[in-house]
Amino acid sequence: MGNIAWKHMALGMVALMLLIAWPFCLPTYWTLILTEIVIMGLFAMSFNLLLGYTGLLSFGQAGFFGVGAYGCALMLSTSKPSLAAALAVAVVAAGLVALVIGYLCVRRDEIYFAMITLGFGMMLFTIAHNWIGLTGGSDGLPVMDMPSIWIGQYEFTLFDPVNMYLFVLLIAFLGTWMLRRVVQSPFGLMLTAIRENKQRLSFVGANVQWLRLTAFVISGALAGLAGALFCLFNAMATPDFMHWGFSAKPVLMSILGGSGLFLGPLFGAAVFFGLEQAITHFTNNWMIFLGAILIPVVIFFPRGILGALVDRMRGAAQ
Amino acid sequence: MESFIINVLNGMSWGMLLFLISVGLTTVFGVLGVLNFAHGSFFMLGAYLCMQIMHIAPSFWVGILIGPLAVALLGVVIEKTLLTRIYNRDVSFQLLLTFAILLVIDDAVRLIYGPGYHVVEAPAILAGVFPLFDHSYPIYRLFLIVIGPVVGLGLWAFFRYTRWGKIVRAAAADREMAEGVGIRAPLLFTMVFALGSWLAALGGALAAPQQSLSPAMGERIIIESFIVVVIGGMGSFPGAFVGALILGLCESFGTVFAGRAQMAVPYILLAAVLLIRPRGFFGREA
Repeated sequence: MGNIAWKHMALGMVALMLLIAWPFCLPTYWTLILTEIVIMGLFAMSFNLLLGYTGLLSFGQAGFFGVGAYGCALMLSTSKPSLAAALAVAVVAAGLVALVIGYLCVRRDEIYFAMITLGFGMMLFTIAHNWIGLTGGSDGLPVMDMPSIWIGQYEFTLFDPVNMYLFVLLIAFLGTWMLRRVVQSPFGLMLTAIRENKQRLSFVGANVQWLRLTAFVISGALAGLAGALFCLFNAMATPDFMHWGFSAKPVLMSILGGSGLFLGPLFGAAVFFGLEQAITHFTNNWMIFLGAILIPVVIFFPRGILGALVDRMRGAAQ
Repeated sequence: MESFIINVLNGMSWGMLLFLISVGLTTVFGVLGVLNFAHGSFFMLGAYLCMQIMHIAPSFWVGILIGPLAVALLGVVIEKTLLTRIYNRDVSFQLLLTFAILLVIDDAVRLIYGPGYHVVEAPAILAGVFPLFDHSYPIYRLFLIVIGPVVGLGLWAFFRYTRWGKIVRAAAADREMAEGVGIRAPLLFTMVFALGSWLAALGGALAAPQQSLSPAMGERIIIESFIVVVIGGMGSFPGAFVGALILGLCESFGTVFAGRAQMAVPYILLAAVLLIRPRGFFGREA
């Protein structure tokens, strides 16, 4: 057992090293793609706390992602912009909005939960789209002034793609680490118990609604963190970040990668962007291909691509 | 008073369209247990096919007859080839499969007809306006207000009095028992899915002369019909009717009282129902 844990740890370290070395070996274009993969991977993993662990399919996570993005953009347009404050506000704002919406949503589950989260996600989109005074309407909020990061006397500007990538990687790593702690905690096990059998869990005295709401808030807050990173990456926040088409992305990534594995959604994000790059190379209609790929994945690989690979390797090992 | 009546009429005509969509969605869910995310795409496809047929045979009535039938046929193919494989799976996988179908249909329409808007002319009899107080009101909207209850009553009579309708209700009430007494569930599922697709496409064809056609037109209607079935109670026929009417009227009056915030009205309604009666007006147990 300990042997396997060491193996995982070593594997993780190698992967992390490769991720850090990547931008120094490849053209800028691929650094940009990788930045996007890391951000969306964090978003998808935060979503998967609901789908993979708690068994709740949310179709409105982009709402919280967008709240984080707008929170970040608004904080950076104040007179004394600070990155740390922007990220903190993004996380707290997204968590608070998730608390209010989650309070309503956790009353129902299964498909109702999916329908209701979709509705409230679109409500946030509608607000962002129409509250022009705060959000700039459909034009979005640009980030004009991006604070640099100071390490000692060296200044690192986030306008440089490699610096941006490393910053995103660091924050996403911290977010992922927190999520991992949550999943492995007793609370995380309770969430898995909800997924498996919520009646049984409530019979032994657990408050299922409250547990679900907590998971919803954690997931929403981390979605907000991912949204703030995405806002920095794009140097703007737009209502499109909140549209349900955007909410579908973490769902698709989790399913592609495999929602049963902690890193499945991250892998799914990589597959998603890889496919997008390959397909948009020769056609603009990539959604039709995505749908066509998704249909057999849903039917034949319910555990996702990474899930199927892991199953295969475990099968071979035995 | 005048504007009140006009708002009631507007709300009812939109509500009746919502009803046609929601009743298909709710019937498919009631019998198959699958929430069809692609239902809005069938709505959109109905409108486009109606338009396409009108290019060949320039009559709205031919379009509205054949378009929805073609979509129903597509529904049969989708049910037979894809949905049958996932009936015993987790609901989220069923939802995702229909979502993948939505992606394919929406993008296919975008590929064929382009992302821009198209217009369908109403047939000559329904094209004009009629005087209402000092204003004029489009006849087509009145036609929608009439056609909604007509289709609704037709469906109700079908479910209530015909043998097929009784079989569908039996299967919706207890699937295993229905199979036990010799109802062929696979065939029934296909037929019900075809019926749901037909209803969605009929709604789309009926909506075509009233709104401009675009590949995104299914999007708004699917979200609103989700709200309708949540507030009305999933799987409930009267729930779909009442929910659609309430949502239509709220939206129509929202433009008067709420101005720009009118777009938030459906969600406020949804939140209110979830707080007061989480299972919806006509929903069975929570």
